[in-house]
Amino acid sequence: MVTLNRRRLLAALGGTAVVSLAGCATAPAKPAARVVVIGGGFGGATAAKYIRLWAPEIDVVLVEREAAFVSCPLSNLVLGGSEKIENLTTGYGTLQKRYGVRLVRGEAVAVDADKRLVRLASGDVLPYDRLIMSPGIDFQYNLVPGLESADAQAKVLHAWKAGPQTLALRRQLETLPNGGVYALHIPKVPYRCPPGPYERAAQVAWYFKQHKPRSKVLVLDSNPDLVSKKALFLKAWSEQYPGIVEYRPNSELVRVDAASNTIELSFDKVKADVLNVVPAQQAGRIAQAAGLLSGSNKWVGVNFQTFESLAVPGIHVLGDATASAPGMPKSGFMANNHAKVAADAVIALLTGRTVNPEPIIANTCYSFVSDTDVVHVASVHKWDAAQKTLVPVPGSGGLSAQANAIEGQYAKSWARNIWADALL
Amino acid sequence: MKSLFSPRIALPAVAAVFALSASSATRADDPRVRVWAASCAACHGTGGSAQTGIPPIAGQDKAVLQQKLLAYKAGTLPATVMHQHAKGYTDEELAHLAEHFARQPK
Repeated sequence: MVTLNRRRLLAALGGTAVVSLAGCATAPAKPAARVVVIGGGFGGATAAKYIRLWAPEIDVVLVEREAAFVSCPLSNLVLGGSEKIENLTTGYGTLQKRYGVRLVRGEAVAVDADKRLVRLASGDVLPYDRLIMSPGIDFQYNLVPGLESADAQAKVLHAWKAGPQTLALRRQLETLPNGGVYALHIPKVPYRCPPGPYERAAQVAWYFKQHKPRSKVLVLDSNPDLVSKKALFLKAWSEQYPGIVEYRPNSELVRVDAASNTIELSFDKVKADVLNVVPAQQAGRIAQAAGLLSGSNKWVGVNFQTFESLAVPGIHVLGDATASAPGMPKSGFMANNHAKVAADAVIALLTGRTVNPEPIIANTCYSFVSDTDVVHVASVHKWDAAQKTLVPVPGSGGLSAQANAIEGQYAKSWARNIWADALL
Repeated sequence: MKSLFSPRIALPAVAAVFALSASSATRADDPRVRVWAASCAACHGTGGSAQTGIPPIAGQDKAVLQQKLLAYKAGTLPATVMHQHAKGYTDEELAHLAEHFARQPK
């Protein structure tokens, strides 16, 4: 529970902790309502921007740990060496300057849903009328014996949140000798970005093919089969990287020995030169702290008309942290679309308008199988009154016919456009 | 469901066009359509004004946009992904989207 410290609260509201709205002449003296958004990723940044875009009378405070946004989409290309992380990085300044979003650099650690307060690690307290949370994922290192310690985690990387780990894994791959083995372990579904591991395998193989052709990419999947774009990835691996990529299904993790880069699996034991373990995942920590996970649930149940938590009123949850609707992947595109439905619903709830009863959202996930060629999966999700959730529209959506360079260009353009849609 | 051509929607929209005001156009938006259209912005840019590489759809002729969307849906206009998206919407929803993006500033 939050202990309200009056001085801290005042500091957060009027002082240096919150960036002032100076220069925004149209800002009302007293806002109609205040929305706090936790997390400046694809979901949170988009929600903050769109509330200001659609309802400038509402005050929006965005709480984010990091100084800049680094995109997970395209980050596998950094591992392959055909893209630079600087090109995947966007600052938060424009959200403040152009849209009047108030930025707070910090980490939300607790929520008092009765008093409608968010407490930050700094001790500052932010009051809200509605809270939007887009906290992403938290790794369940307790399910990865051998990777509990910070030292072990610094050696056996996940690189499943783009940033320093992406660069560190790239450096590990650069030091891998020709003839070495890169092993990637994939957790059971659901996890962030279903096709991401297979794209990563292709990107590392693309790098090996050019620079270390005797090396191997070993894909150790906890799942019984590829969970996304199966035929397209298998074709790309076998045609473009024959003898480099090897796929092993049903490879459930038993334990890891970080010192020797060894992973013990249910039926096997593998020693790698570079071991990359993507741990099992659950909703980000603040969702857990706010009591949004009931029982043994790992993800936050939401009403998909409003994205309001089913457990705690007044808190809307977006993106990977949600218990996905049927056929809905945990993707940045999906989080962006969640944000717009939630932004509109929050505005409706705060202004007394009826919530839109028929949301329609969509997804397109592009995966690079080389530096230029891409495969996609697309879907459209519509509210189903009988099932009370979003469901894929029958006959809509689908896959690329084959990997192709035209979609490679679209994929890079898509990335620039969605980053701008969220942040610029 | 409201018809695209019901006076309740069409009249404010026409007024907004005459006023040539972005804020009037925003006020004239049916919030339901505005959120549907916002989904498209993930590729086509906020308000349909793509920064680069993907065809911008803001301020295009409404009839042309509508015909294209219906042709994607029917499978008569080749596409990489739009044929798969268009099939997720009713003809009426596509008409609403065409009308929405036609009203957005380029």
